Amino acid sequence: MSTISSPTGHQLPEEAIGILSADGFIDPTDAAQAFVEDATAIGHERVAEMYRLMAHTRRIDQEGVNLQRQGQLVLWTPSIGQEAAQAGAVTALEDRDWIFPTYREHVMARGRGIPNENIFDFFRGAVHGGWDPNAYNMQPYTVVLGAQVLHATGYAWGMAQQQRGWTDARRRDEGRVAIACFGDGASTQGGVHEAMVFAASFDAPVVFFVQNNYWAISTPFEVQSKVPLFKRAQGYGFDGFAVDGNDPIATAAVMDRAVEHARRGKGPVLVEAHTYRMGAHTTADDPTKYRTKEEEQAHAQGDPMVRTEAYLRRRFDYTDAFFNEVQVEADEIAATLRDKIVDAPDTVSLRDQFDLVYAEGHSLVEAQAAEFDRWMEGEDA
Amino acid sequence: MTAVFDDVSSGTKKLTIGQAVNRALADELAADESVMLQGEDIGALGGVYRVTEGLAARFGSHRVVDSPLGEAGIVGTSIGLAQAGMRPVAEIQFDGFVYPAFDQIVSQLAKLHSRFRGTQQFPVTIRLPYGGGIGSVEHHSESPEVYFAHTAGLKVVTYSNAHDAYWVTRAAIQSADPIILLEPKKHYFVRSDVDFDNPITDPFATVEVRPGKDATLLAWGPQVATALAAAEAGVEDGYDLQVLDIRGMSPLDINTIANAVKTTGRAVVVHEASTFAGFGAEISAGLMEHAFLSLEAPVQRVGGYHMPYPPSRLEQDYLPSVDRILDAVDTTFTY
Repeated sequence: MSTISSPTGHQLPEEAIGILSADGFIDPTDAAQAFVEDATAIGHERVAEMYRLMAHTRRIDQEGVNLQRQGQLVLWTPSIGQEAAQAGAVTALEDRDWIFPTYREHVMARGRGIPNENIFDFFRGAVHGGWDPNAYNMQPYTVVLGAQVLHATGYAWGMAQQQRGWTDARRRDEGRVAIACFGDGASTQGGVHEAMVFAASFDAPVVFFVQNNYWAISTPFEVQSKVPLFKRAQGYGFDGFAVDGNDPIATAAVMDRAVEHARRGKGPVLVEAHTYRMGAHTTADDPTKYRTKEEEQAHAQGDPMVRTEAYLRRRFDYTDAFFNEVQVEADEIAATLRDKIVDAPDTVSLRDQFDLVYAEGHSLVEAQAAEFDRWMEGEDA
Repeated sequence: MTAVFDDVSSGTKKLTIGQAVNRALADELAADESVMLQGEDIGALGGVYRVTEGLAARFGSHRVVDSPLGEAGIVGTSIGLAQAGMRPVAEIQFDGFVYPAFDQIVSQLAKLHSRFRGTQQFPVTIRLPYGGGIGSVEHHSESPEVYFAHTAGLKVVTYSNAHDAYWVTRAAIQSADPIILLEPKKHYFVRSDVDFDNPITDPFATVEVRPGKDATLLAWGPQVATALAAAEAGVEDGYDLQVLDIRGMSPLDINTIANAVKTTGRAVVVHEASTFAGFGAEISAGLMEHAFLSLEAPVQRVGGYHMPYPPSRLEQDYLPSVDRILDAVDTTFTY
């Protein structure tokens, strides 16, 4: 297998689409030729929006680790290092499109406008969801790896059913796409395979967006797969792309095209964004047990934040004023979030949970809820 | 089996259970555009038991869909379809093939309504032909009801006759909650009256199918017939045996069951799955809680032994029989 060195420190597959060098110059890979025009046409507003999302989320990520250490969260799953991939993906979508995340898509959740404290409610054990999925067209975080990929496919299949006979214009204006997020770890789950089979069979408008961060907790990518994941698409009968996921404009351009393909009713697409999990898998993880400092340092040079900043400065003459402003915003967001999370009360009670089990009621659950009420009244007395 | 959708669903007709299910599916497909069926071989073939025969031709292959072979995919995509506003009815070809979909059923389908905090309904029906006595190979004869009844968020229901098959199937599809619809496949070809003008009011209700005052036999699905045969045979032994047909396992109509057993004082639960931690254990515990002072004897359980479902040449010795049921009734009179 031929590979190319990339700014991320990976040996990327030679088919990988990359536009920017580590220091923000336009330096496309061979495979990127068909995307250079689109990627470099992305305006500074979108790049700045991506940067802002990335910077704010990284700051919140730090807060997540701190709050877990201080006993305020049961767990935190840092997205540090993967911000450009997620920013490129979420800005490629229309609000009406549905995101089916795993549990690390903080940039995407924030890109959808989900309040930070709602994301944190999940990690402080207050709720299993956190936000109203239908208000943001984003599913709750899914913890069983890859399970949501089938839900995304089913949702997209439903869209295909409902969009039968639509004109191209109507598809463009109203068509909905599902984006199925997963990682290199989940890529080996059987459900992901079945999802790709079903999506191909029914031309479901789903974009399989795999963030290959090279580590499934402690399991390195080479144990997960002998070939880059984007190549699997060919076996299912649809297009697959590899992209430098730490390059915001490359990821955005590839995702734009993938989403457009799905929206036009041409079936699924697989996009493998090569990135790197710069932090731990979760706050319960200890990467020093299984990877070297040298590896981490090599990848730090591919930091997507650094690259995005360099591109904004070089290409669009963004100055310290902008970056300082974003940092001030980030600190304010983090402080506000801290205030909301530290010693936050329970937002729901166990009593509320009884009412959520079924939509149409269930005699046993109702009887137990009544019993619970009697118990709690006795406790209070 | 021939498709019956050309007939009008009114009056009373003698149908097999399979035909009643076919009619129920057709009537729901006709009544609601969002209903769609998916499963392995359910289209042109009409399913391995021909229960969906003719439906793809009538409603189109986009609404009666031959799924790729993958049970997790069938259930997992049905969840997404429901989220997209569809009302999917998924067929799992045989009981023993449901386990590849187990995670999607118990970790996803069952929990999503709670995870969404009630803001999204998941009206997914999973049709699951179950039970033994059909002389088949491994994985075709199992009774997995207790796995699903144990899981909060699912509703589990079955039936034993064509009338109930029609109405329970329609109610399951109309339900806003996920339903595990257990179909007694040994009886797909057994005929009985379906009254299309007389809907059942509560598909989960337990119903008395034979009155009796000496002891109560409790069975569901394929074993209702065995229990009825035992009650008939018991007449010679001088027994007047009541038989209850348990349709809903979740929710379980424990009040009807307890009230019935209070009148007889004796209960024998009959099912095909292993009795250890089987659904009969839940019924027995429920009777302890709700009818303890009326019990003349411990609740007896007649069911499968604690072994993998045996090869078909041996299954008649494994499954509950008239003699084993009557032996258990005898036992209740020794206290």
